[in-house]
Amino acid sequence: MTKNLRVKSSEYIDETNRISFKFNGKTYHGFKGDTLASALLANDVHLVGRSFKYHRPRGIMTSGSEEPNAIVQVNPGTNRTEPNVRATEVEIYEGLEASSQNCWPSVEFDIGGINNFLSPFFPAGFYYKTFMWPASFWEKYEFFIRHSAGLGKSPTTTDPDIYDHRNVHCDVLVVGAGISGIMAAKNAAKNNFKTLLVEEKNELGGSTIYENNEFNKIDNKAPSEWLKKEIEELKNIKNLEIKTRTSVAAYHQYNYLLARENLTDHLEAKDKTNKIRQRLLKIRAKKVILATGALERPLIFNNNDRPGIMLSSAIKKYSEFYGVACGSKNVFFTNNDSAYESAISLYNKGINVEAIIDIREQSESKIVKKVKEAGIKIYWSHSIVDTTGYKRLNSISIMKLSNDGTSVTGSKISISCDCLGVAGGWTPAVHLYTQSGSKLKFDEEKKVFLPNQNTSEQISVGSCGGDFKIDEIIKNLNKKLKDTLNINETDLDSIKVEIDQENSKRNIWLLPSDKPLGKTKPFVDYQNDATAKDIKLALREGFRSIEHVKRYTTTGMGTDQGKLGNMHALGIIADTAGVKMGELGTTTFRPPYTPLTFGTIVGRNVGKFFDIFRRTPMNDWHVENKAEFENVGQWKRAWYYPINGETMHQAVQRESKAARESAGILDASTLGKIDIQGSDASEFLNRVYTNAWSKLAIGKCRYGLMLNEDGMVYDDGVTTRLGENHYIMTTTTGGAANVLGKLEDYLQTEWPELDVYLTSVTDHYATASLCGPNSKKILKKIIPDLDLSDENFPHMSFKEVNIGSIQCRIMRISFTGEHSYEINVQASYGKDLWEKCIEAGQEFNITPYGTETMHLLRAEKGFIIVGQDTDGTMTPIDLQMDWIVSKKKYDFIGKRSLYRSDTMREDRKQLVGLLTDDPNIVLEEGAQIVSELNQSPIEMLGHVTSSYFSPNLKKSIALAVVRGGKDMMGKKLFVPMENKNINVTVANPVFYDEKNERLNA
Amino acid sequence: MFLINCPYCGERDQQEFKAGGEAHIERPKQPTELSDDEWAEYLFMRKNIKGVQFERWNHAHGCRKWFNMVRDTSNDEIKAIYKMGEKPPSQ
Ligand SMILES: [Zn+2]
Repeated sequence: MTKNLRVKSSEYIDETNRISFKFNGKTYHGFKGDTLASALLANDVHLVGRSFKYHRPRGIMTSGSEEPNAIVQVNPGTNRTEPNVRATEVEIYEGLEASSQNCWPSVEFDIGGINNFLSPFFPAGFYYKTFMWPASFWEKYEFFIRHSAGLGKSPTTTDPDIYDHRNVHCDVLVVGAGISGIMAAKNAAKNNFKTLLVEEKNELGGSTIYENNEFNKIDNKAPSEWLKKEIEELKNIKNLEIKTRTSVAAYHQYNYLLARENLTDHLEAKDKTNKIRQRLLKIRAKKVILATGALERPLIFNNNDRPGIMLSSAIKKYSEFYGVACGSKNVFFTNNDSAYESAISLYNKGINVEAIIDIREQSESKIVKKVKEAGIKIYWSHSIVDTTGYKRLNSISIMKLSNDGTSVTGSKISISCDCLGVAGGWTPAVHLYTQSGSKLKFDEEKKVFLPNQNTSEQISVGSCGGDFKIDEIIKNLNKKLKDTLNINETDLDSIKVEIDQENSKRNIWLLPSDKPLGKTKPFVDYQNDATAKDIKLALREGFRSIEHVKRYTTTGMGTDQGKLGNMHALGIIADTAGVKMGELGTTTFRPPYTPLTFGTIVGRNVGKFFDIFRRTPMNDWHVENKAEFENVGQWKRAWYYPINGETMHQAVQRESKAARESAGILDASTLGKIDIQGSDASEFLNRVYTNAWSKLAIGKCRYGLMLNEDGMVYDDGVTTRLGENHYIMTTTTGGAANVLGKLEDYLQTEWPELDVYLTSVTDHYATASLCGPNSKKILKKIIPDLDLSDENFPHMSFKEVNIGSIQCRIMRISFTGEHSYEINVQASYGKDLWEKCIEAGQEFNITPYGTETMHLLRAEKGFIIVGQDTDGTMTPIDLQMDWIVSKKKYDFIGKRSLYRSDTMREDRKQLVGLLTDDPNIVLEEGAQIVSELNQSPIEMLGHVTSSYFSPNLKKSIALAVVRGGKDMMGKKLFVPMENKNINVTVANPVFYDEKNERLNA
Repeated sequence: MFLINCPYCGERDQQEFKAGGEAHIERPKQPTELSDDEWAEYLFMRKNIKGVQFERWNHAHGCRKWFNMVRDTSNDEIKAIYKMGEKPPSQ
């Protein structure tokens, strides 16, 4: 049976729009305008979750994003399910389902609750201390810990929603639409600043909009009435954009902020379809005005976590804004006047307030007098020493507080109640401020951290800037606005404010009980179950830094980042250690302020938009001919072309044989191509490649090796001289962008005197590589007029000719060791060229081959692939490529490093060939190579870098890097694998056609 | 996320830029004349300052130009930006 605690119609709740929703499988009703929390409270449901460590029953504590307990799974079991959502932020809609988290089998009966009774065994650092030993047991412990802990379940199916990102630029960004934010935004926009006002809730006005203290007046009106008029006026202001349901998650340097705009979470399922659910706003603001308000602090006393114990300000909001009473028998516990406002709010609606427990000796403010007149009992100088009620508060015990506040005296009074509002003062919400890199300073009098040193153009106004009373807020806001916007007058100049002045405050971070601390549970961090005694234990055990205490006790490390209790933790540490809070510093508040969904973070970059990919002009042909593809950098390259259900191995063996026996064709369009022009182009190439370029004749090609300044091989490729001052360089597919970047760097910063211009033309050309003994005949068919004789068109030379009307560049160069041509045409003719080659080659059984066969064929020839056979630690000497390093050139990039003592060591890893004694065994790439098996530990000499079964040699071949390998020709080594040791012999890395006879065949 | 004032393009988001390490380290004109230690000094040794640091940056996804930046690494304040070849501002 549930009670109805809806007490009064509220203008923010639409009672004509009744909504049914389910919580933990049970159906409840609420109204349009309710949050899940307010609707549950209206149904007298407080118990909504279990705590993380002790599995103690926990209830709704707050009415906002700082909520530590009411963390729910929304729409469990559906593809829109979301864990770790604060019930105080979920707007209800028809069909909403939610369930408690961190409880098993149910929130009413939770097996983990036994931890509560075992809690003497669960002190701070318990997990660290207990489960460390024996190490092998960790897996078993982990299973049980994970099973009983956990914070919700992540979705297991694809997210059906759309997410979006948007860049936003504004002159002034105002964060938070309470009284300060609204007045700041209004005045900024009126003064022609392009202004954006964001508010995490769906309504404007903050807490002032339901302000009910009859002793506070703005221009002789109730502050709520006055503010409503101001909000009404915002509609007519140009230059002002307002975004509600928009929460700033991160505030980075240079006024760059990320905000999540929630667009459909409050809608029924049928209305969510095909709409953007959440949008990440990437905001660049010239000036930022933080008006993020303040969070009410709880009080730290024994058993302060029972369902029914809430923040006093939350009780006021539920009463005034949602028209919901949080209990039938209410008590308040306070150290300041704000609880009296909440009490009067309930009293005015006829809701029973049993008593107010106040740790102060007295207060003379008007609101306190009003409470006295109402006949509500006030216990001055009293403190709560214990509470009872497992799943719902049913009583509190109070005792007289000693003068110094460290102990209690006298007899214990028990008060029956079902709801307790606690009011421990206010903490400015400075989270975003500190995220921006700005620094805080502790105000010893107000006991708060306040903005102190700004690092960007920003101001903090209202209570986040330390002004808690409306008169201070208006006065200081006015001054700060004029300063930061450089304006002379504002709407605030003429405002008259009357307020109920509060004078007395008393701050005690940890309230005493009649029991010793060890026997009590004063929770500081509700979500992580960290108590005051855990913090004191950490100090006893020698932790001093606040950052260490935080990690050891897990205080402030929950999804709420300890928004409620962090100040108390600091206060307790300061009191215990005898230092000032200001000296202690505060922990870091990290983004996001409230959790973001992965969807919001990735936006539209999902599925095929997850990463950029590039396709060659011939791609459609590869797809039509059933190629398998591999990713090379961002390129999708044809990997192999299986026929009739061939495996990859079968396809590659067939392709490799065909390329050597008759003709093969490879799509080489992905190779990087850099156009180099200028009168110093030759000199430039001399400086960037290891070999000499000045004497390369026009129309000739040359292979080049490029090093880093440390002497290690960086890239390679063939460069062709097209004219006196014109070259075209090819780079590896993956290295193209980096090579261009590196060359630009040298040109701009080291050799600005050189007349050289670099242009990336990779995408401008499509390249078909035609290879094999019949390649010449095929090319002849396509270009009958071109003299293909070795005299006219020798190996390593270039011709510019036309195929029909298509201009093309043909290089006679080879990466396979066969007679080959690389034919380049303008990209848009790529597929046409490819098809012409295939057609002309049909009579020669021309075989398209992919990257795997290309790798195999070049390995047969011992040609390296930079990045596969090298790893940034190989010099050309290590690769046995001394022949390409010019001895005559005075300098080139990396030259000096080749003569460093380390690069000249004889025992560096060097590239060699490896042959397995059993020609049918193919080594695994990456496998280690050793010379001694009976060693412990076995010394590793190197590893296999490339390995294939060669169909042309009918045996297994491999390239490897081996320490001192150059001098090991013919030496027997071992490749130890899991089940066997493979016997191998060091060999010449050129396995096939050592004399290069086939190039001219 | 910095807002970087490229000397050729104006203010752009940090995402468009690539950091290129310490500035004003000139490549030796005659590397072969250097001892291993002297060459290693050029090749490997870089400062890692808490405070004002001179750095190279490249507008990699923009005009592709390299330029210099003076940045306070303790608070990421960009104090100055100037072109390659220009003299660094005096502190
Ligand atoms: Zn630029």
